[in-house]
Amino acid sequence: MTDLWALFLNAAFVDNMPLILFLGLCTFLALSRRPEAALGLGVAMTCVLGVTVPLNQIIYQTLLAPGAWAWLGLPELDLSYLSLIAFIGVIAAAVQLLEMLLDRFLPAVHAAFGVFLPLLTVQCAILAGSLFMVERSYTLAQSAVFGLGSGVGFAIAVVMLSAIRNRLAYADMPAGLRGLGIAFVLTGLMSLGFSSFAQMAATQ
Amino acid sequence: MAAKTDYWDILTGPLIRQNPVTLQILGICSALAVTTSLATALTMSVALTIVLTLAAGIVSVIRRHIPDTIRLIVQIVIVASLVIVIDQVLQAYFAEISRALSVYVGLITTNCLVLGRTEAYARHHRPLPAMVDAFGNGFGYSVILILLGGIREFFGNGALFGVPVLPLADEGGWFTPLSLMLLAPSAFFLLGLLVWALRSLRPEQVEAPEHTPPARAEPAE
Repeated sequence: MTDLWALFLNAAFVDNMPLILFLGLCTFLALSRRPEAALGLGVAMTCVLGVTVPLNQIIYQTLLAPGAWAWLGLPELDLSYLSLIAFIGVIAAAVQLLEMLLDRFLPAVHAAFGVFLPLLTVQCAILAGSLFMVERSYTLAQSAVFGLGSGVGFAIAVVMLSAIRNRLAYADMPAGLRGLGIAFVLTGLMSLGFSSFAQMAATQ
Repeated sequence: MAAKTDYWDILTGPLIRQNPVTLQILGICSALAVTTSLATALTMSVALTIVLTLAAGIVSVIRRHIPDTIRLIVQIVIVASLVIVIDQVLQAYFAEISRALSVYVGLITTNCLVLGRTEAYARHHRPLPAMVDAFGNGFGYSVILILLGGIREFFGNGALFGVPVLPLADEGGWFTPLSLMLLAPSAFFLLGLLVWALRSLRPEQVEAPEHTPPARAEPAE
């Protein structure tokens, strides 16, 4: 239990996706102008990561991993090079399914997500979650916790950045720095803060 | 000769005027993660440019046969297949660099730059202009990557391509490496400053100021 909690904290803070690993930055920067949009994006990210990482773990272990077809008498079959296409397919399908389910049973939540859900299919952070799962060979429980933790970390970071940018809307700054430039500098400062969480991993 | 100048325009447009990284915020994720050294930055640039050019060519060739409703899936599958090939080639011939790039080669699949160009340009144009446009964008991306990689390796390690350039303090020289340059924050700062510099030189890229207050900031009474 404590291991899983440590993994959750690790995924959310120490290996924060946008700030430390540079993942999902495109949406991170594009949708952080308003806190409402940022919150919607953060929640959507957490849901999709929490669903797709364990799903891909099952698929990878049963179909793609080296030796997964041993029970059929094909112990040498190694399909792991197909994992990229398989993961993308699973993510696209999961996102579509999630959208349909939400639309049917929780229309209010669906309306709040708006356009973010379909966009997440091509979000690098989502795919990276599954790729990291393979690289670090997580179990099913670990991958679920890892997915949720990464999503929560992303949500925290994007909401914080949007709050700061909202404040800066009235600031008088050099024209060239306005918008994208200052967003990068802010992200750098936040990243500096989050790097101190690395100590947390070292001492626990 | 009109057609030729046209191609020239498509090719050079994305270098500075329409740079995909600094102006359109496309493909930043990988741009920052792999720039701790010049060698990885260069490998990533070449890999991305190849994938982008080929993907644009293929999508453009079959553009009349892709049903509109499933075009995203088709494009992603094409890109993913190309990325798998590149990944296998890198693992076979450049094992060390492939390890350093870790998952980021696979992430070319979801690089918004690739999908953005196939979706916005290759889908509506003939193969040759589509591939020229893709190559130009890949080149614009590469310029930024190589610039960042060079700066970070030069100041972080005092070296270029792993070859020592500045005499390090540890070995009796005068240069103390700035280890911050190898950490995540410096990449954000450098790119922010680069955007600032570019926009100061080309004021037409400056974003409009946000004078309008957000809706919920209106006074309650």
